[in-house]
Amino acid sequence: MSFNINDKGFYGAFGGAYIPEMLYPNVEELCQNYLKIMSDPSFKKEFDQLLKDYVGRPSPLYFAKRLSEKYNTKIYLKREDLNHTGAHKINNTIGQILMAQRLGKTRIIAETGAGQHGVATATVCALMGLECIVYMGEIDIARQAPNVARMKMLGAEVRPALSGSRTLKDATNEAIRDWINNPLNTHYIIGSVVGPHPYPDMVARFQAVVSEEIKWQLQEKEGREKPDYVIACVGGGSNAAGAFYHYLDDTDVKLIAVEAAGKGIHSGESAATSILGKEGIIHGSKTLLMQTQDGQITEPYSISAGLDYPGVGPMHAHLYKTGRAEFISITDDQAMTAGLELSQLEGIIPAIETSHALAILNDKKFNNNDVLVINLSGRGDKDLQNYIDYFKL
Amino acid sequence: MNRIQTKLKENKKLLSIYFSAGYPSINDTVSIIENLEQNGVDMIEIGLPFSDPLADGPTIQASSTQALKNGMTTKVLFDQIKDIRKTVTIPLIIMGYFNPILQYGVEAFCKKCRQTGIDGLIIPDLPVDVYNDQYKAVFEKYGLINVFLITPQTSVDRINFIDSISNGFIYMVSSASVTGGNSGFGAEQTDYFKRIAKMNLKNPQIVGFGISDNKTFTQATEHTNGAIIGSAFIKHLSNNGVKNINQFVSTILR
Repeated sequence: MSFNINDKGFYGAFGGAYIPEMLYPNVEELCQNYLKIMSDPSFKKEFDQLLKDYVGRPSPLYFAKRLSEKYNTKIYLKREDLNHTGAHKINNTIGQILMAQRLGKTRIIAETGAGQHGVATATVCALMGLECIVYMGEIDIARQAPNVARMKMLGAEVRPALSGSRTLKDATNEAIRDWINNPLNTHYIIGSVVGPHPYPDMVARFQAVVSEEIKWQLQEKEGREKPDYVIACVGGGSNAAGAFYHYLDDTDVKLIAVEAAGKGIHSGESAATSILGKEGIIHGSKTLLMQTQDGQITEPYSISAGLDYPGVGPMHAHLYKTGRAEFISITDDQAMTAGLELSQLEGIIPAIETSHALAILNDKKFNNNDVLVINLSGRGDKDLQNYIDYFKL
Repeated sequence: MNRIQTKLKENKKLLSIYFSAGYPSINDTVSIIENLEQNGVDMIEIGLPFSDPLADGPTIQASSTQALKNGMTTKVLFDQIKDIRKTVTIPLIIMGYFNPILQYGVEAFCKKCRQTGIDGLIIPDLPVDVYNDQYKAVFEKYGLINVFLITPQTSVDRINFIDSISNGFIYMVSSASVTGGNSGFGAEQTDYFKRIAKMNLKNPQIVGFGISDNKTFTQATEHTNGAIIGSAFIKHLSNNGVKNINQFVSTILR
């Protein structure tokens, strides 16, 4: 059994391209070309070079000694937080901007929730001198002012999404509508492993550099390529897809996906999609999503803006349904505590998204000789105000 | 023969009107349908509201959101129109996004459509190939016509494929745009309408998106069999409620 995508664009029952006909030519163009372009030596060379010189890869695989002592197990942190712009998001935007150039596109659109993917997109557009429009929910614009300012400083136009609940899912709808209205010159840089095929696969492949590096880095440090566990947080799921990618079909390696339980799974304010979601269609993909009985998509909640997406990438829906990955949900409180703990034990302030992954150390028992790799997907600078408010710092 | 097919055989330019069920008020659905028929509309698309209507512009989004707030659901809609065939004879189509239909159950939905007297469906985010592989049989079992969209960017091969699996009409999206986007047609649209007309497809073509008045209706139907109006009618409903539908229709047909 393979846990990767099949040639029809599905992970098991999940994925596909449930898109209006207006988007078909764009998506088909990408479908026909993405693998060809990605395997072209000149593309690979440019991608690798930018990841090295501009993003700062490889990101370290750091043995967290004090954290390991506390939990009596061996914990490695994959330091995606040290990437340029502060998270794993840039791996994908570098890849997609090179893709857009090769497809002859001159105008870039993106959606963003907290602003991390928007900043990563605005960054690569500045780097390549391409026009950049970022859709962001009106409510998110108000609560993420520093990232809005960063995008503007980088030369992007930030357009408010005024429809629906005026958050990430609506920003995604607006970006898709923009793409319908501008089918010829525009490339849509989706920020996670969501959306119609081939996006989930393309984004996973750009993020796969994370597990590619883990393999050789762990070999150097532990004399083995395979950890016992790979652990990552999941909103849409791009950092988890990258950390899992090269271990997907290697069932010796246990995969743990950590979702946001918000104020409690059944509190009505949660983003635990695997547990609360049902099979359906969101943003062109068949996957698990939070919805009413009538099939209307509902608004999730998490203290972490990067995890409050009502769906999950089709790869993860498949990993959940098949039991290949274990899905654990972590509440706001558990995550915040874990974020503070990492700060004080290791001197690393993590993004609140990442804090969810760290919180499972308190939730699940590991053996003292287990080797864990936790994907430290982003740094906490952007979340400082949240930490300040929560801990009354 | 399905009512859509019968209607398409009439020698006239068809006017089809779209509205969101449950808008402006939850119980307006039946009265809007009856009014439209009485005023000479040829076909109606009943919009099943969805929280995330990707292909729609601000007007239809807003009416959809309001309809949901008013309490519209798939079940409520079917309850409202259960006796519609006692008063209405023109073809009725449900236009909705795929997820609510999937949650209702595709076969259960089709069966209910058949019982109610719905003649066809337009599901913009149900792709042609998925329909063909998985759902064609069940649509046909219940005598429903599924209508597919083409756009100015759709390739000739794909148009021919869509024509081959269609058995009602082809919904021609007038330009690269979400609904309610453009006002007025230029040479580009006229060329596109002519180009498709020359293909001699087996299915008639009806144009949608960007038609709002007599002028655009006339332009859109010069080379096609009819046109669909959505956003402009919803604006009329927003301003007038269900009153004066006759005035709206007469400004289009003049």
